[in-house]
Amino acid sequence: METGSVVVDQVSKRFRLYRDKHRSVKERVLHPGRLDFHELWALSGVNFVVEPGSTVGILGHNGSGKSTLLKTICGVLQPTSGEVRVRGKLAGLLELGAGFEPELSGRDNIYLNGTMLGLKRHEIDAVFDEIVAFSELEQFIDTQVKFYSSGMYIRLGFAVAVNVDPEILVIDEVLAVGDERFQRKCMDRIKKFQADGRTIIFVSQSPEQVRAICNEVVVLHHGEMIYHGEPSEGIRLFRERLNETDGGPVGAAVSGDTKNHDVMANQSLRLGEVRAGAPGSGSAVATHGGAEVTLSVETDIRIEELIASIELVSPMGVTLARFSSHDLGQPLSLEPGATTIVFTIDSVPFLDGRHQINVGLSTPGEGGPFVWLEQAAILEMTYAGKAEGLVDLAATVRIA
Amino acid sequence: MAANPPAEQVQPERPGRSGSAVRVVAAGVPLRQRFSDLVANRELLGALIRSEIKVKYKNSALGVAWTMVAPAIQLAIYGVVFGIVFKNGIPDYLIYIASGLLVWSFFSTSLLAGTGVIVGRAGIVKKVSFPREILAIATVGSQSIYLFLQWFVLALFMVVLGHVPDWSAMPLIVAGFATVLLWATALSILFSAINVYFRDTQHLMEIFVQIWFWMTPIVYSFQAQVHERVVGTANEWLSWIYLCNPITPVVLAFQRAIYGQVDVTNTTSHLPYQVLPSWPLLSFYELLGVVFLVGVVLMGFAIRVFSRLEGNFAEEL
Repeated sequence: METGSVVVDQVSKRFRLYRDKHRSVKERVLHPGRLDFHELWALSGVNFVVEPGSTVGILGHNGSGKSTLLKTICGVLQPTSGEVRVRGKLAGLLELGAGFEPELSGRDNIYLNGTMLGLKRHEIDAVFDEIVAFSELEQFIDTQVKFYSSGMYIRLGFAVAVNVDPEILVIDEVLAVGDERFQRKCMDRIKKFQADGRTIIFVSQSPEQVRAICNEVVVLHHGEMIYHGEPSEGIRLFRERLNETDGGPVGAAVSGDTKNHDVMANQSLRLGEVRAGAPGSGSAVATHGGAEVTLSVETDIRIEELIASIELVSPMGVTLARFSSHDLGQPLSLEPGATTIVFTIDSVPFLDGRHQINVGLSTPGEGGPFVWLEQAAILEMTYAGKAEGLVDLAATVRIA
Repeated sequence: MAANPPAEQVQPERPGRSGSAVRVVAAGVPLRQRFSDLVANRELLGALIRSEIKVKYKNSALGVAWTMVAPAIQLAIYGVVFGIVFKNGIPDYLIYIASGLLVWSFFSTSLLAGTGVIVGRAGIVKKVSFPREILAIATVGSQSIYLFLQWFVLALFMVVLGHVPDWSAMPLIVAGFATVLLWATALSILFSAINVYFRDTQHLMEIFVQIWFWMTPIVYSFQAQVHERVVGTANEWLSWIYLCNPITPVVLAFQRAIYGQVDVTNTTSHLPYQVLPSWPLLSFYELLGVVFLVGVVLMGFAIRVFSRLEGNFAEEL
C-alpha cells in the first residue's frame, strides 16, 4: 500500500433500529428479552480502492450509506465486518465540521483538534497563524467556540483540516455551509491539494461539485456500491437512482387529468402524458445531444390552431427558456381524438440538473380552451465536462 | 488490492511521517493494539487533561481553588458531626478524615465524571477518531491533579497543626495511589461505555457511590468500629467483607501513612484507643498488591468491553 491510499475491503455495517425504546435499565427489567429491533444494513460489502493522489466523489441519495462509509473511513465508526485500511495521515470534516469543544476558545480548539489529528505541539505552533488566517477568525480566536456561528465553525474546521498537512482529506458536504467566497476559497484549496498529489475523498449532494473536482466517483445505493469509475457515468447513474427513489422514473408521465384538475378549464381539450428525455431512445436522462418533450393530447372537437408551449425551469427556479409552437412559427391543427405532439430540441446546452418542464395548451384569441400544467415532467441533464455554471457555451481556447 | 509488505517499508517520498503506518478500521481490534494506540496518543492525553481543567473553571472567579472548597466543606461537616456532636474520640480527627476522604473523593468523582465522559463529549467522539478510552483516562488524570493540589493543602495544614505523619510508611502512599488510580481508570472506562447505551448508569452510579462511601472506613475507624466489634464473634466474616471493598485497603494505607498513629488516647474517655490496625507495614503492601492485581484483570476486562461497545458510539450518541 502506498502512502495516501485507502482500501475499503468488503465493508458492511449493520445498524439496529429499535422499535420501542425499552432501553433504560428499568424498562429492560420490566420487559426482559423483548428488545424489539430490526436490522438495517447501512453498508453491505462495499469494496473499492482509492489510489494515492486521486479525488474520489461519493454520491448517493439520502440514506444510501454515504456518511456511514465516510465515518468508517475516518475511523469514527467500526464496520460490522470487513475493514478499511488507511495509509497516511487522514484529516476529516464529518458533517458539520471537526470535533470542537464548545466551552473552549478557538485557539484551544485548534490545539486540541491538531493533537487529535496527530500533531505535536510545536507542529501546531508552526501552522497556527496560517490556520487563523485561513479561517478569517482573527478577532474571535479567543472566543469560546459555542458563540461561533455555523459558518465560523465550519471555517475553523476546514482551516484546521487543510493546514495539518494531511495526506488524505475527507470532506462530507461541508462546502454547503459558509458564504460563497469562502466556498470558493475552500475549492481553491482542494484544487491545490490535488495539484500536490494528495488524496481527497469528497461527499456531496451536488453532482456539479463532484463533477468539477473529482476524477472518480463511487455511487452508493441502499448501502451497496453500484458504480465506481469515471464521473459522468456515475453522475448519470446517481441521477437515475435518485429519481427511482423519488417515486417515478425520469421523464415521469404526469397525467394532467389527475394532477392539476382545476386548471383543466375546458374539458374539450385534455392533456395526457408528458415525457421528457433523450430523443428516440426513451432514455430518462438527456445529454447535450438533444432532448425531446412529448405531449399526449386528446380533443373532442377539431381545433384549427393549437398553441402548445413549454417552459424549462432550472433547479434553482430560473426560467431558462419558454417557447411555443406559435413562437416557432409552426401552427398545429388537431383532429378529434388523440394526438401526440413532439418538441425536438437539437441542443440542450445546460449543465447538470433536474430541469422542470411546464406545459401549456391554448388557442389564439380569448375564451378558447386553455390548459397549463406545472411540473409536467422533469428533464434530467448530465454533462461530462468540467465547466461550472448553468450553460455549456462550447467554448474553446488557444494562443493567438 | 493486496498489500505488499516489503514495498510498504520503503516510502522514499515522505520519510519519517507519523502517518506512514497502515491504520486498520475493523471490528475487534486486539488488546495489545489498543494498548499501543493508547501509548501513541499520550500527547493527546495531556491536551485533554489541560482542556478539561480549562473548561471546568472557565468563567469562574476562584478557578481551580474550587477544588478545595468541596472537600473542605465535607471535612468541616464530618468534623463537627462525628468529632464534636458524636464525640468520636479520635485525636486530630480532621487529619484522620482528610487522609481517607481526599483519596475517596478522588475515586468517587473520577468514577462519576468518567461514567459520563463519552456522552458528555459526544461532539468530539462523533467527529474524530482516536482511542476513546483516553477521554475516561483524561478525566481520572484531571482528578489526580486536583488530588495533588488537595494533598498539598493538607500538608500545609499538618505543618500548622504540628501533626507528624509516619515517614517510614510513606511508600504506602505511592502504592495506594497506584492502586486507586488503576481502579478508578478501569471502572471509568467500563462505565463510560455502558453509559452510552444505558443512560441510567450515570444516575445509578451516584447512588452506588453514596453507599460505597459509608461502607468504607473514612469517617469512622475500621479497627475500632468494625474489626474489634466482630473479632472473636460469629460475625468475624464481616471484617473480611470490609476488606473485600477494594477501596478499604487503599484508605487504610493512606490513614496509616498520613495519620500515622496506630495507638492513641481517646479524647473523650482518655483511655488507650487503637484507631488503625496494628499490622506490620508489609501486610498493607500485601493487601494493596492483591487489590492491584484484581485491578489489572478488571482493566483488561474494561478495555475489552469498551472496544466491543465503541464501534457504535458515533451512532448511539
